[in-house]
Amino acid sequence: MSQQSVKLHEPLVHLSKRDTIAPLKAWLIRLAAIVLGLVVCGLVAFVLIEKIQQKPEKIWDFYNAFIRGSFSTPRKLWKFLKNLSILLCIALGLTPAFRMRFWNIGGEGQTLVGVLGAIAVAFYAGDRLPSWALLTLMLLAALLAGAVWAVIPALFKAKWNTNETLFTLMMNYVATFLVSFFLEVWVTNGSGALPKLKQAKLPVVGGNDYLLIILVVLALDAALFVYMNFSKQGYEISVVGESVRTAQYVGINVRKVIIRTMILSGMLCGLTGYLIGAGLDQSITANSVGGQGFTAIMVAWLGKFNPIFMILTSGLIQLLNQGAAQISQDFNVSGALPEVIVGIILFFIIGSEFFINYQVHFRGCGKKTAKGGKAA
Amino acid sequence: MNIWLNFLIDSLAFGATFMYGSTGEILTEKAGHLNLGIPGIMCMGGAGGCLMLNLIGKSGLPPVLIVTAGILSALAMSMLMGLIYSFLTVTLRANQNVTGLALTTFGVGLMKVIMSKLDATVYLVGPKALYRWPFAGRQDSMQCLGVLFFLAIAVAIASSWVLYRTKVGLHLRAVGENPATADAVGINVSRYKYAATCIGSGIAGLGGFYYIIDYMASQEAYLSLEAFGWLSIALVIFALWRPHVTIIGSTVFGLLFSCSSYITNIDWIRVTMSTKPLLKMLPYVVTVLVLIISSIRNKRENQPPSSLGLSYFREDR
Amino acid sequence: MEKQLALQMRGITKRFGGVIANKQVDLDVYRGEIMAVLGENGCGKTTLMNMIAGIYFPDEGKIFVDGREVVIRSPKDAFANGIGMIHQHFKLVDLFTAAENIVLGVKEKGKYNLKAVNARVAQIAEKYGFRIDPQKKIYDMSVSEKQTVEIIKVLYRGADILILDEPTAVLTPQEISRLFSVLRRMKEDGKSIIIITHKLNEVLEVSDRVAILRRGEHIATVETKDTNENELTEMMVGKKISLNINRTEPKNAAPRLFVKNLNLYDAEGVHVLRDVSFTACGGEILGIAGIAGSGQRELLESISGLQPAVTGEIIFHNPKKNKPVTFFHKSMKRVRELGAQNAFHDGKGNPVSFQGMRPGAVRKWVESGDVLFNEDEIINLRHRTPLQIRELGVRLSFVPEDRLGMGLVGSMGITDNMMLRSYRKGRAGFLDRKKPRALADEIIQDLEVSTPGVNTPVRRLSGGNVQKVLVGREIAFTPKVLMAAYPVRGLDINSSYTIYHLLNMQKENGVAVIFVGEDLDVLLELCDRILVINSGAVTGIVDARTATKEEIGLLMTKTDDARKEEAP
Repeated sequence: MSQQSVKLHEPLVHLSKRDTIAPLKAWLIRLAAIVLGLVVCGLVAFVLIEKIQQKPEKIWDFYNAFIRGSFSTPRKLWKFLKNLSILLCIALGLTPAFRMRFWNIGGEGQTLVGVLGAIAVAFYAGDRLPSWALLTLMLLAALLAGAVWAVIPALFKAKWNTNETLFTLMMNYVATFLVSFFLEVWVTNGSGALPKLKQAKLPVVGGNDYLLIILVVLALDAALFVYMNFSKQGYEISVVGESVRTAQYVGINVRKVIIRTMILSGMLCGLTGYLIGAGLDQSITANSVGGQGFTAIMVAWLGKFNPIFMILTSGLIQLLNQGAAQISQDFNVSGALPEVIVGIILFFIIGSEFFINYQVHFRGCGKKTAKGGKAA
Repeated sequence: MNIWLNFLIDSLAFGATFMYGSTGEILTEKAGHLNLGIPGIMCMGGAGGCLMLNLIGKSGLPPVLIVTAGILSALAMSMLMGLIYSFLTVTLRANQNVTGLALTTFGVGLMKVIMSKLDATVYLVGPKALYRWPFAGRQDSMQCLGVLFFLAIAVAIASSWVLYRTKVGLHLRAVGENPATADAVGINVSRYKYAATCIGSGIAGLGGFYYIIDYMASQEAYLSLEAFGWLSIALVIFALWRPHVTIIGSTVFGLLFSCSSYITNIDWIRVTMSTKPLLKMLPYVVTVLVLIISSIRNKRENQPPSSLGLSYFREDR
Repeated sequence: MEKQLALQMRGITKRFGGVIANKQVDLDVYRGEIMAVLGENGCGKTTLMNMIAGIYFPDEGKIFVDGREVVIRSPKDAFANGIGMIHQHFKLVDLFTAAENIVLGVKEKGKYNLKAVNARVAQIAEKYGFRIDPQKKIYDMSVSEKQTVEIIKVLYRGADILILDEPTAVLTPQEISRLFSVLRRMKEDGKSIIIITHKLNEVLEVSDRVAILRRGEHIATVETKDTNENELTEMMVGKKISLNINRTEPKNAAPRLFVKNLNLYDAEGVHVLRDVSFTACGGEILGIAGIAGSGQRELLESISGLQPAVTGEIIFHNPKKNKPVTFFHKSMKRVRELGAQNAFHDGKGNPVSFQGMRPGAVRKWVESGDVLFNEDEIINLRHRTPLQIRELGVRLSFVPEDRLGMGLVGSMGITDNMMLRSYRKGRAGFLDRKKPRALADEIIQDLEVSTPGVNTPVRRLSGGNVQKVLVGREIAFTPKVLMAAYPVRGLDINSSYTIYHLLNMQKENGVAVIFVGEDLDVLLELCDRILVINSGAVTGIVDARTATKEEIGLLMTKTDDARKEEAP
């Protein structure tokens, strides 16, 4: 058999895992992915938006809208920062759990019960307490509710190794219907909408409704960064996440760490619920969190569970959301467009991680050796 | 018709939505992929079917052709979604949870965009009766037991048969349990993962189509579809990863979910409006209980597939 | 008899990153022979075989089967060419039955019929003398049964070339002899069998020819009948090994750890430690020898508190006669109690009772080092967690077998790995990275760890360097007892000697060293006494200076009566 024909049977592509990649290169890959994603969004725009079909040069307005959506007026900017903060705050809550390789996808539910806890206190005790006491009590209720919602799956995980992904997922819906139940109880006129509880409002700081929330989340972000990287508990979380056996070997009580971390995780989500309940809505619906608990999973993951990077990823998603909302408005298309655009960009970013983690060798360049593979 | 029988049939018919969703999800999970994109896929399945009916709904083609074309279009659209998911998670080995959630975001959004552009008088009014064959025109809950309902049961049983009685099923389960082993005996792991995910997505997509065109058969049906996607994922756990059990499971879920509207009509059961959400919460609570009990009993056969959620890379050791 | 070529490898080269695993290997295998591929750990035996089995793809070189050039991209291609490999870590689906595992991946015409499969499995089993129940689930099987399933799996798909990777590592002597008789029957049937091993006695017993690999290169292939252990060893390690491990006479060896009648059952209820009793002395190295998986790991893990023993005692004995008192674990109440019992005295021998002194003053006096202590500490470690053991002030170091999965965190740098043992120190909630950093620098310098930096993930270091980091950390903890499981496994000669040296230093410092090893030569030259363990029971404790290899080998394989009774 000739050598030529044998050569043809070599695998077309060969993959190997990278050990390291220059950070600059990694960010360039991600940037390229976003750019590619935006190009695809443009193509989708051609298909879905009639105005662009008629006048192709309007495509620049389409791209421009991503900037206009968040930065054209101070109001939009504040809204951008507020939305970024809320999303970031849930993602911060999920981070300790994810670092521990505990796949908490129950951020939605944990945040929602946080809102519920806060609003329940305001509903029952709103008239009887001074404002500062009410707000404090609301905070405690929100933290407690979030912690309880998160610790239930953790207890079962620690004791019986119950699958936490599925468990936390289910807890989201239990929370949703719990809220519906309380709304049925609280709202007797059949409208299903709870009127604003005025007394449950957080004070306005610096003349802007959102500034307090933004500052709180920023402080939390820094605090969590320090906690994860410089505290003993954060170190324990990393060890448990990397290897349970190593943790046991050095005498870390793994169950305790799982439960403690999930209480923290739930409390942070509960706090977000408080910010939504007391800081923004002063009311509650089953949709108060509006799927941000799920989006936050992507924020945390794309940000490599690093609170600093997560500011960027949260910002990116908000930028796309508001940009797409601007497009819906400008081009008169369905209000669901942001979801489509965010989805497309996410596909590209998710896909780009592959090129950061793996090296692809094509046939013909096979002689090039992989960077630092594993030793035999 | 007896109210209880009516209630049961309605639950069965309603349950077919999740029967599709969870049968599809089971096939995917058996290949080791937790596909949280199922809600988005079901939505896009619905949108895909309606898109086709919007073109041919008033064309006067033979009914069989219209019905088949709608089903094929729903299949194609949702399989396309499955293809996106499998490309990202199988070939590019992306995190399954994140990919699934992104797919749901995308699918739900795109469905809303598409459905807002369609004309319900074309895609729904005429074709509805065709899909409800042979019970079209009945006024009770039997009317929903149409083509797609029987297809759901057939698909669930066939999936179980394939999984547990054929070589292909054996191979698929091996891929989900231990891909390295499957690879070592010469099973093409990626091909099985792709096939299971795409076929599973196709099946799930039919659930969305069924819900819009047959069970609810209303213009607003698509708005509530996402929730049933999540319920389908819950049903997978409830059915302990066995497709034929979803027939019973989906009926139970259907009963729990729709009993609120029936129970309030019966005078001797005193229920207030406020208990309605609690009844709707029950399927999820029951699922959590099943999950807990099966993890406590720790019977090997009732656990999630061992490699669920993990990417497979041959040279990882 | 005319020998017919079954498999040829020509110029096979495989690299992993910068490391060359195999370099220009040529190898021939004939029909109807058993070929042993012999080499030290990490010499590239398994990698080479994985390329024939389709797990890896060679960077260079050609493979011929029956004289025909073939390309093996995947295990499927390997099967298509009649090649089947039984991996060291079995590749079975636990949830499936034996028959389901065997039929997995086989392309057969006709309907899928498990009954027919069962019958064929029984037929193969009968032909070669296997014992197997086709309908038993894998998770219910013993290691030997699983191996049987693996072999039948390969035979079922008609393999003519069988590769077995370290098949005897996990088997009992009876199981080994049964396996060898099966292999001989297969050979008579015309199959080619390749066994990868590093055990010379087995090579001589079962093989027809031996191929020796060293550092990824093929050194030679010889006829088994023309060779002997010495020659093989020489080729395997390159030069005649005189280990020349420096061994000093134990000074003031005093009992430090008593293990009495330890019994342990694993998760499946298997009796893994049976009435284990021994004493480890400070100032000596106690070796533990045994076939892999005889309970060595369980023994060390139960001493260190990771696997609580069911019955028995683990007594830590810490003589503190006339040593300055330290307060690393005592409560003030306990100090006063001891004072009342005349446990303390000053430099001149006068008793010190601390009566009527405030805690601060007591602490100050004690910390000046002028108060001496004459209590012997006897601490039972059974039922204590690793943390409790540490809090009791028992300095017990443990170098586990699984370095990156247990001893270290692969994704963390050296500094952060240094903290694993000590991060709890201090009251603050925050980590102090200064001391671990200094320790990391010290270890890198003293033990010549080659690493790009202290923060490079240890996963990226070579095996030898990883081990230096781990042993360095465990020694930095100034232990009283140091347990090391297979500390030189996979290490090159130089690193191994560094580790031997470190252990000897600890011995000289009065530490009780427990060394679990697999190489009997090393055990005999390094240790003072050797404990031999077989199926979880101690079969003998010998003096390493006088014992012979044969003597230990016999103890390692001696069938324990208790085990016979329990065996099904």
